[in-house]
Amino acid sequence: MPLVTLPREKTTPRFTAAVLLLSLFAGLCAVGIVFLTYGINPFYAIYEIFRSSFGSAFGFKETLTKAVPLIFIGSGLALAYKAKFWNIGAESQLLWGAIFATWIGLNWGPHLPGPVIIPLMFLGGFIGGAMWGIIPAIFKVKFGINEVISTLMLNYIAAEFVKYLVVGPWKGATKYGYPYTDDLPDHAILKLVHHTRISIPLLIFSVVVALILCFVVYRTRFGYEVRVIGENSEAGKYAGIDFFKTTVLMMAISGGVAGLAGVGELTTIHKHLSYPETISAGYGFTAIIVAWLGRLNPAFSILSGLFFAGIIVGGDAIQMSMGLPASTVNVFNGLILVFLIMGDFLLSHRVVYKRRVN
Amino acid sequence: MLDIITSILIRTIIAGTPLLLGTLGEVVTERAGILNLGIEGMMSVGAVTGFIVTFTTGNPWLGMIAAIIAGALISLIHAFVTISLRANQVVSGLALTMLGLGLSGLWGKSYIGRPLQAKMAPIAIPGLSKIPVVGEILFYHDAYVYLSVILGLIVWFLLKYTKIGITVRSVGENPKAAETLGINVTLVKYACVMVGGAFAGMAGAHLSTAYSKSWIEGMTSGRGWIVIALTIFALWEPSKAFLGAYVFGGIFVIQYVLQPLGISPNLLAMLPYLTTLGVLLSYGMSSKGKRKMSAPATLGEPYIRGSR
Repeated sequence: MPLVTLPREKTTPRFTAAVLLLSLFAGLCAVGIVFLTYGINPFYAIYEIFRSSFGSAFGFKETLTKAVPLIFIGSGLALAYKAKFWNIGAESQLLWGAIFATWIGLNWGPHLPGPVIIPLMFLGGFIGGAMWGIIPAIFKVKFGINEVISTLMLNYIAAEFVKYLVVGPWKGATKYGYPYTDDLPDHAILKLVHHTRISIPLLIFSVVVALILCFVVYRTRFGYEVRVIGENSEAGKYAGIDFFKTTVLMMAISGGVAGLAGVGELTTIHKHLSYPETISAGYGFTAIIVAWLGRLNPAFSILSGLFFAGIIVGGDAIQMSMGLPASTVNVFNGLILVFLIMGDFLLSHRVVYKRRVN
Repeated sequence: MLDIITSILIRTIIAGTPLLLGTLGEVVTERAGILNLGIEGMMSVGAVTGFIVTFTTGNPWLGMIAAIIAGALISLIHAFVTISLRANQVVSGLALTMLGLGLSGLWGKSYIGRPLQAKMAPIAIPGLSKIPVVGEILFYHDAYVYLSVILGLIVWFLLKYTKIGITVRSVGENPKAAETLGINVTLVKYACVMVGGAFAGMAGAHLSTAYSKSWIEGMTSGRGWIVIALTIFALWEPSKAFLGAYVFGGIFVIQYVLQPLGISPNLLAMLPYLTTLGVLLSYGMSSKGKRKMSAPATLGEPYIRGSR
């Protein structure tokens, strides 16, 4: 074979960026082919996606709104994936954030002023998400249970539990026939920018959290331990890293920030707990690609979160205008992720043309 | 009472069939050292393909064949990315699930709410189906049920007693040694991933053309993930896959049996997932070593030719 691959020693940031862009482009081309088989002009469809998410003031506001949960979750997943802990359970960690925040908001909200209740809800949401994140961490380190399976099973369990709450014990007294809890008190709702669903403090909060996590990963001893566990667990054991402690703490943070995303959705958009598919538009899964596109650097999740928020908004837009099913966004996500990991090959290998020597 | 038990057992076997098919495929794939988490996506593609072909041709057998081919073809993505490009198997599997769910939703959209004219009908095994109770439970099923049992026996026999089985296992346990013996490791891995895809596709078609006769988005509803858990539960052995699949089939059925007792349907719907966690937990607590020993040694690791 004339083409041979050799391991690549190191890559420059510019080369990495070029490969990422190439992967995204190739992924979009593949999406285009899928559109084509569906009888839709791919150029028009992809143009429409980006026009409606980044090309109009209204669309861009929606993009920012949806970027917030993706930045929270994506940066938390980046942390977990650094340790090669495949947390697929952000969807349910988000839900537990929303559950805890709902409980706090409905029970304590009437007695406490806004500046107290809102931080309390975020704190509670963090704890809720962290609690749900710790379970698979303990399962993995203590009992060797594959975290992909446990986090996924916990997703289904949490989703059913939320449904149970909103049609059962937490069903709102004022919500006749609907699967909702009562609305949170007005002062427990974040102030939104006029005619949008954006809360500026929440947006800033998500960016700050991502930056803090970036600092934690690259500048602290804990972050170093997380990376060692991911890169070479044998060396980690040798160096005396406490696997249990590091994994549990890491998953508490990863789950906790997903919980913050849940509180964010609750206190800006929904104002009450309702069906899980209403509370989260699959953010927990989309954030997997957000983290991956950000090369597992929590700070880069800000940019990739914005990009995928745009894909969601644009996907929704063409779904409505072209009569496509809701799963169109999944095609995007799946294909882009496939091409991203294919691009990783170029980052770690050199492909050289070699003339056969006879 | 006997009627109820009979009906539960019949439905258990039917509900266990897609799980059995999926698990058999994943066992073969993982035995060759490749972890494919894309079952849910491959099953969805199989379900929609099986449905569309059955709907258009009116022949559920053609639907089954099409689903098998579709499952194998879509698994090629995972094979190429993880074997040829040595990409991370976890991420690739997740990508395959997203892609499969997305594509099936796209392809199936215009078929939602349109029932099949002819679904895969139950076949009474002559003679045996006349046995009281047992005949009803075991010998009056659709073709998928019988085929899953026959295929299970074939996979079990091939893996355990034949050269093909030794080849597959050696590729998963020690690819370097296998290559020294002249085995084309890449080829075997590709083949095993595609066998896994074919089984998952068939499992999906069972859902849309025999178990029910309609297509709805997300109809695999987590079965693909339970298959992955069942593969661990079965300790990568086809014989134990039978047990696991029917136990979990039973759990799927039990939720509907218990519902009239006034227990919240949402809490009952947690049962399969809670049980999965419970089973894995009991494994983890009891025999850590045993489970580790039987996992294919290089599962999840990319193989680099001529390395080490």
